[in-house]
Formats: sequence, C-alpha cells, structure tokens
Amino acid sequence: MTLAEVKEILECAVVTGEDRLDIEVKTGCGCDLMSDVLSFIKPHALLLTGLANRQAVRTAQVADVRAIVFVRGKRPDADTVALAKEKDLPLLVTDLRLYEACGRLYMHGLRGCGANQTTGDPE
Amino acid sequence: MMGNEGFCREFEVYGGDFYNAGRVSTEIKEILRQIGIPASTVRRAAIAAYEAEMNVVMYARHGKVRLELTPDLIRLVVRDEGPGIENIERAMQEGYSTASEEMREMGFGAGMGLPNIQKNSDRFTIRSEVSVGTELDIEIRV
Repeated sequence: MTLAEVKEILECAVVTGEDRLDIEVKTGCGCDLMSDVLSFIKPHALLLTGLANRQAVRTAQVADVRAIVFVRGKRPDADTVALAKEKDLPLLVTDLRLYEACGRLYMHGLRGCGANQTTGDPE
Repeated sequence: MMGNEGFCREFEVYGGDFYNAGRVSTEIKEILRQIGIPASTVRRAAIAAYEAEMNVVMYARHGKVRLELTPDLIRLVVRDEGPGIENIERAMQEGYSTASEEMREMGFGAGMGLPNIQKNSDRFTIRSEVSVGTELDIEIRV
C-alpha cells in the first residue's frame, strides 16, 4: 500500500514528506509504546501512534519504519517535524482513533506485524 | 582509536537528556550501514543500542557507548554511572519496570528494554552494582 492510499483511507493531513507519498508500506503497526514497537514491528512498516514526539521519530528510524501516522489528531511539535525532515521520514496526521485507523487500513489489505501475518492482498 | 583489525568508537550519553535520546544509536546505525553490514543485522544492532541508550538517559547520570567492530562481530559496551540494578533477573523479565511517569510519556519504561536487547543480540551480559552503575556487553554476529 502506498502512502498516498494511506492518506486517502485515513483522511490524513501530510505534515512532512508530501513529495514521498509513492513510498510503499508492507505492514502496519498500531502502538503507543515505543519499546513494543521496537520489539514487534517489521522492517518497512507503517507506524500508527498517538505518541507525537521525537522518540517516535527516533524509534521509526532505528526500526526501519517507512512512515508514521499520528492518530487522534496529535500534531508533532516543530522539533519533531524538523528531525523527521532531516531523516526523510514522512509524517501524517489523522483525526481517527488508533483502533479505527488500523481497522480501515486492515480492511484495505494492509496486514499487521504478527508472526502469522502475510502481506498479500485480502481475500 | 583503531585496533589491529577492527574499529572502535566511543559515544557519550547524558542522563535526563531526552532531547538527544536516540542520537547515538542512529549514528551507530549509520556507521554500520555505511560499511556494508546487512540491513537486518544493522537493524538488530540499532535496536539493541537504542534500548541501551534510552536506559542510560532514563536511569543514569552519564554513560558511554563503545562500538567495537571486527569483520565478524559488532560489540556494544554500554557503561553508566547510575543507580545500578538491584535484581538483574527481575529486570530481565518482560513488563518489569521502575520507570517514572515522564519516561512512560516518552513511550518507554514498559519493562521491555533489557528483554529487547537480549532478543536482538547473540550474546548479552549485564554487570551491575547498586549505587555505582551498570555495564551491558552486547554482541551481534555479522
């Protein structure tokens, strides 16, 4: 799934990375705990989180996350945006809650990071 | 500092410096990536380094991360001056944490740090002395 599709499905505003919406994400992970993200997320995933701070960007960078969607309308501060820009990490914001945002993406075929998940199209 | 056949570099980490937390790990990740280590190995080392760095920022006064590289091994030695760990066995259990509210607000302190380091390393040892500090020795095979 491309970021452009994510943007449309979740009715996102793009905070940074407008020129990189052709990036493809392979799986999704919805989580506010960065240690859990580090423990479970697969490479090239999309991270959905309500934690809109520098640690989310650092975590994304360390774990090869392709982009972050901040949920519940949480907007990162200028420092966090600057860090993401420096690292070429697209940031999007949606007003949806985490559960609904993940659910919509899952319905459109973006699978999770669990051991039994595949990244193919939905049946 | 260069060894006979390896590379060694040391980084400073300061307790309470949440603003820069993660900077050292991302720098280490970039070094490993640039020398051509496979992406999945780089990722494991970066995650282990990041959790260790966050532990120094969250709990200690000051710490040093030493990165040692040989052709077949990434070694991270993280040594801090801090409160130390009273019960290492308990600290290694997932979910056990002594984190403050501030740490949890940063998305950390859920008791996953040390187990995450273990999961991403091939060899992991902890030495700690209460009121003195902690030393983590992390090895990842290339």
